[in-house]
Amino acid sequence: MNKSYYQSQDLKKFKNISDWSPDLGKKFFDYYNSVFEEGNLSAREKSLIALAVAHTVQCPYCIDAYTQDGLERGIEKGEMMEALHVAAAIRGGASLVHGVQMMEVYEKRTM
Amino acid sequence: MGVKSLKKREHQLSNTAQQLEILNSGIFAAGGELPKFEDKLKETQTGPIRPKKLEILQLNLGYMCNQVCAHCHVDAGPDRKEMMSRVTLKKCLQILQQTSVNTLDLTGGAPEMHPDFRWFVTEASKIGVKDFIVRSNLTILRANKKYYDLPEFFKVHNIHVVSSLPFYKKEKTDRQRGEGVFSQSIEALKALNKVGYGLSGSGLQLDLVYNPAGAFLAGNQQALEQDFKKALKKDFDIEFNQLFTITNLPISRFLEYLIASENYEDYMQRLVEAFNPAAVANVMCTNTLSVRWDGFLYDCDFNQMLDLKVASPVQHLNDFDLKQLQSRAVCISQHCYGCTAGAGSSCQGAVV
Ligand code: SF4
Ligand code: SF4
Repeated sequence: MNKSYYQSQDLKKFKNISDWSPDLGKKFFDYYNSVFEEGNLSAREKSLIALAVAHTVQCPYCIDAYTQDGLERGIEKGEMMEALHVAAAIRGGASLVHGVQMMEVYEKRTM
Repeated sequence: MGVKSLKKREHQLSNTAQQLEILNSGIFAAGGELPKFEDKLKETQTGPIRPKKLEILQLNLGYMCNQVCAHCHVDAGPDRKEMMSRVTLKKCLQILQQTSVNTLDLTGGAPEMHPDFRWFVTEASKIGVKDFIVRSNLTILRANKKYYDLPEFFKVHNIHVVSSLPFYKKEKTDRQRGEGVFSQSIEALKALNKVGYGLSGSGLQLDLVYNPAGAFLAGNQQALEQDFKKALKKDFDIEFNQLFTITNLPISRFLEYLIASENYEDYMQRLVEAFNPAAVANVMCTNTLSVRWDGFLYDCDFNQMLDLKVASPVQHLNDFDLKQLQSRAVCISQHCYGCTAGAGSSCQGAVV
């Protein structure tokens, strides 16, 4: 066994998850590929969303994959970083907005 | 990364045998991680690669260039003195007359720096090839007053200008090609637009070449073309015709960069994974012949830089015999994966 849970070369083995459940694997990858096609959103916009979400779910494989995908699409580092700030803002905001609950509990219990 | 050519720095990679050794060993060694290009062709039943009809004669007028780009597969620079002689240039004119070549493609270095450049263009344009390409790095058009009138000169001879602009923003361009390159390139593009190049209806073709500024592949050619068109129009009011995406091949200074940045193995793996059998049929060595400054013949400009001469009894312009040349098989090595990755890559951009 490797010492670390994450190995960069494992990303290339992603497709192997179909081996133990071919039908579901195929459905997943077909769906995945369709999601990223040009649609109402451009493939470029989808790539930036994927990059932001990758940071939110903190998946090192996806961060690697969508940074490279962005480079290939000519997405600039400023655009990538702005996408991350959107993720960070929502993440931070999601914590903070729960402050409303905290405040309500606090107010209710105190005189 | 130096500001001089590998040759001037006496870098071990200026030795072509050394480059080929790297491309043949390590991850590509027998029983290694990645299949050799030859084996990949066999596995996919796409090889050996044989020339089809000769359509493009690509002349490398010499390795001198006003720039020293970090990714240059030619290892060009101001310190390179190799140049095609007038005798060889005349020989090329003869061959143009003898054959049914329909595209003449002048490259370098910066072909405009060749002292016989204008003479040769004038003579060659009299022969009347259908498509007469000059590959210009753009900055040369603004490098010195003596070049300022080149856009006019190109127009007079109906030259098809193919120019490299690595990106539509300053930062990436300057990092790959040197400080100040972007603004000079923009000025050059404006000068070309001014005489009609790239404008619809002018009939004067101005295409741009995009190659990635780093160890990654070029994305979809059409999508990038749209981005380039939008950005150049909006930011600089510049127009052009087509964008060609070209993959960087692991040769010369790009190979140096890949090794120094520890990207070599990953990059080669990426190229191998992206191998597209459909691209093999249209790689440029199938319709091109590349001539070195000293008259030696190659399947393509990349093989020229690796000094892989055509595998034919005819290896030099002086013995030119088209029939014999056309029966050869193309010389290949692992750098060829760069031409077959994804949508493929050639001097005319994607091939599928
Ligand atoms: S890439 Fe082109 S412009 Fe840059 S050094 Fe090489 S020949 Fe010159
Ligand atoms: S590098 Fe040259 S020989 Fe190899 S596939 Fe590309 S064009 Fe052909």
